[in-house]
Amino acid sequence: MTAVERHTISVIVDNEPGILARVVGLFSGRGYNIESLTVAETDSREHRSRITLVTSGTPMIIEQIKAQLERLVPVHKVSDLTEGGAHVERELALIKVRGTGEKRVESLRIADIFRARAIDSTIDSFVFEMTGSTDKIDAFVKLMEPLGLIEVARTGVAAISRGSQAL
Amino acid sequence: MSSKTTSAAAASASPPATDWTGSELLLKALVDQGVEVIFGYPGGAVLPIYDALFQQNSLRHILVRQEGGAVHAAEGYARSTGKVGVVLVTSGPGATNAVTGLTDALMDSVPVVCLTGQVPTHLIGNDAFQEADTTGITRPCTKHNYLVKDITKLSRTVHEAFHVARSGRPGPVVVDLPKDILVGRSTVYEGPEAGMRKTYAPRLEPDADRIEQALEMMARAKRPLFYCGGGVINSGPKAVELLTQLVRATGFPCTLTLMGLGAFPASDPLFLGMVGMHGTWESNHAMHDCDLMINVGARFDDRVTGKIAAFSPGSKKIHIDIDPSSINKNVRVDLPIVGDAGKALAGLLSGWKSRKAKGDAGHAKDLAAWWDQIEKWRARDCLRYEKTDKVIKPQYAIQRLYELTKGRDCYITTEVGQHQMWAAQFYKFDKPNHWMTSGGLGTMGYGLPAAMGVQVAHPDALVVDIAGEASILMNIQELSTICQYRLPVKAFILNNQYMGMVRQWQELLHGGRYSESYMDSLPDFVKLAESFHCVGLRATKVSEVDDVIKEMLKVKQPVVVDVAVDQTENCFPMIPSGAAHNEMLLGPADKKKPGGAISEDGMVLV
Repeated sequence: MTAVERHTISVIVDNEPGILARVVGLFSGRGYNIESLTVAETDSREHRSRITLVTSGTPMIIEQIKAQLERLVPVHKVSDLTEGGAHVERELALIKVRGTGEKRVESLRIADIFRARAIDSTIDSFVFEMTGSTDKIDAFVKLMEPLGLIEVARTGVAAISRGSQAL
Repeated sequence: MSSKTTSAAAASASPPATDWTGSELLLKALVDQGVEVIFGYPGGAVLPIYDALFQQNSLRHILVRQEGGAVHAAEGYARSTGKVGVVLVTSGPGATNAVTGLTDALMDSVPVVCLTGQVPTHLIGNDAFQEADTTGITRPCTKHNYLVKDITKLSRTVHEAFHVARSGRPGPVVVDLPKDILVGRSTVYEGPEAGMRKTYAPRLEPDADRIEQALEMMARAKRPLFYCGGGVINSGPKAVELLTQLVRATGFPCTLTLMGLGAFPASDPLFLGMVGMHGTWESNHAMHDCDLMINVGARFDDRVTGKIAAFSPGSKKIHIDIDPSSINKNVRVDLPIVGDAGKALAGLLSGWKSRKAKGDAGHAKDLAAWWDQIEKWRARDCLRYEKTDKVIKPQYAIQRLYELTKGRDCYITTEVGQHQMWAAQFYKFDKPNHWMTSGGLGTMGYGLPAAMGVQVAHPDALVVDIAGEASILMNIQELSTICQYRLPVKAFILNNQYMGMVRQWQELLHGGRYSESYMDSLPDFVKLAESFHCVGLRATKVSEVDDVIKEMLKVKQPVVVDVAVDQTENCFPMIPSGAAHNEMLLGPADKKKPGGAISEDGMVLV
């Protein structure tokens, strides 16, 4: 068995009806994993969207995923950021924590360490906003669990390569 | 008022000459694409198209009896001509009935454009009468699909659909047409030269360095083998010609997949027969033992590879394919070459010739030893079967059909099952585009409508559907279409009263418990043929086989031949599920080998 790898893949597509269904259907139909998927129009003049996918599989599966994505007619470009080398990945998360007393103070203290911002506050709750790598958000969420974590919303990964080259 | 003023006034009052309805725009685009025939079935949502069809003479419409038949007919038309097959069906059930054919076309890379009616745009999503989410349903079973929401984009979309269907790795494309678009009017018509969007540009030209590497590998190989598939046929007659020349120039053995039959002449001694589950002993052993496999336009399908872990363990593999996603999908290859088979073969042929001139083309001694080995395998005569006068062996019936039709321009289609494999084994194809069978999807009911489509494209040719009685009943209604258009299609039914392949697997894998594979109360096919205004013939004795075939060939009408064949005959050779190429069964006796024929791992495979 070859080891399973985690890859972040950027896909530039024509922003047309059904394109997301095409991409998602390809993954479900062929049994590939989607760990995270984000999509939004990034070029309003050309009506192009950027889909950022985090997926995992053996090297042969990852190669298949890219080839299958490239085969879709509305796809302009598929770029494997993990394979391409240095890149940055960020996720935004909104984390709601309910608690009073020492736990409430502790959650605020940890939020400060993680550079999370409180963007909503009641007498017994906070909503924290934070951006960071998936790992960092995971770590923060885990720390919030004993402190009254009640809800999490995450955007999924947005990623871009480092350096002066564009996709 | 003078006549001069009248005409001037009329000219200024009339609308611009170029004002069309959506239906007219559609038909105009089809004509500009060179379409001659449409296979279809009308319904509410496509009535405007049918009205426009009624008022023109450029396009011929073949009225099928069920939409599934229309798609298979278009497939037969496409595969026998190399052109795009065109289907026209209504919304809802019209579209859903087309789904099997579309999936079939996708699996076998057949260029088809399927025009589906749709409820008017303002009703989409309202669960309107005969509404189905056609683009949603067909997304995974088409190469691409479109929902036309703007009449000004209609012509461009149709042209793009044809381009996508026929270029690169061909496949089915659906264009969903809401009724308000069909009845709306527009002045915008773009011709076929309208630019294709930038995102779609299949790579045709192979990398020259890789062609050179391939030649180097070929020159060094001791036990080389060409393994070729339908991609060669899809590339066109030129590619087939180049393959034939290349194989003969190298003197390497060549095997073909089920889809590739006809890509290399079956009568050539360099041909080893079909490869795969029911391929020949020599082909499969050569696949297992070769040291260089040159795959041109085949996709390492599981019916070809058998157990992947034991697939051709000692070989280097070159894979030429126009579809990058076919490469390294099932089998990791050493040298992938993305591009058109014809272009790659041209490169290989000219490269090989210049190497040959320099005396740097292969080891003649090694090649001779390899052929010695192959001839030993070939001497096993793996397709032999018991010759008897008591009962008609299905293999015998196909052999006689071949002997009595060879030399004629004969197109063969099949249904799916034992008869299909026997046809592939015993009917010899020397030319491409004469063999139409459902390979990837394995669609029972494919053969009769496909034969209909072939006959429409080749009105004077002999077209035979080699069928099983179970399969043909799945689209038997198309006999009515065949009669209406006076298509002299011949249905040659090998009737064993069983779903033969199901019965065979139940015998080999499930202890002979023939669960639901026997059909009681089959129709009298002779009377059935007559009720559809066809000629019905029957053979029940060995001595009658030649007579019915000759009679079938003589009759200028559609014919249904019911051949009562041995009910217990099994299709061999066979690589059992989950086994390797060199573990194939040659005949009934083999299944009693120690350990049994099928491993537990194999049981879960299909």
